[in-house]
Amino acid sequence: MTAHVRLLLAPFDPARETSEFTLRYPEAGGVVSFLGQVRAGGGCEALELSHYEPLTLPGMEGLAASALTRWQLDGLLIIHRAGVMLPGEPIVLVAAAARHRRDAFAAADFAMDHLKSESWFWKREKAGGQWRWIEPREEDRQDLSRWA
Amino acid sequence: MIKLVFLGRLVDLAGGGEIDIAIAGPTPLEDLLLGLPAPLAEPLADPRVKLALNGRLVPRESLVVEAGDELAFLPPVSGG
Repeated sequence: MTAHVRLLLAPFDPARETSEFTLRYPEAGGVVSFLGQVRAGGGCEALELSHYEPLTLPGMEGLAASALTRWQLDGLLIIHRAGVMLPGEPIVLVAAAARHRRDAFAAADFAMDHLKSESWFWKREKAGGQWRWIEPREEDRQDLSRWA
Repeated sequence: MIKLVFLGRLVDLAGGGEIDIAIAGPTPLEDLLLGLPAPLAEPLADPRVKLALNGRLVPRESLVVEAGDELAFLPPVSGG
């Protein structure tokens, strides 16, 4: 049971990260991964995530630790970007390796719901040359209640 | 001096991510906010804005800051 948690300020290669993570856990019967990327279209020119150093990474580490106590996992990977990203660029990668698939699916789902609604990130979007802050979404808060 | 850190849309209201302000000894949060321009102080007083003192979340109630502290104002997060 190991957590690999990183906060990156530069682009990353999700395929390579998933592959390296999977190679670490040959004993896992399944690896579930989720990739979140900047949605193209809707006039979005760029997305910027800001974070607060003393809280953001420790919060992500706490989330990973909590997922590891909740499900039978061999390993959990959480990689999150901060900074400016362009449409099509990866924002977040979560991968869970487990003996049995249901634990891997649930842990990845749990990690994503918490990253979307509770992590210390503030998001703004650039469209038409103008930056606009994005408000918290009610749907994200509701998703969190699934795990109460 | 105390360092104030702003996140999210508060950065726009404060005109930057950080400002240093001079304080004369231990200062309650309410007094600190009184010393700021109203268009900034008002949103900072919103209870939905969480506070971190020197990197740790702290409750608003009876908060007192001292010289050398870093106080961060954290509006509701908008997700990864």
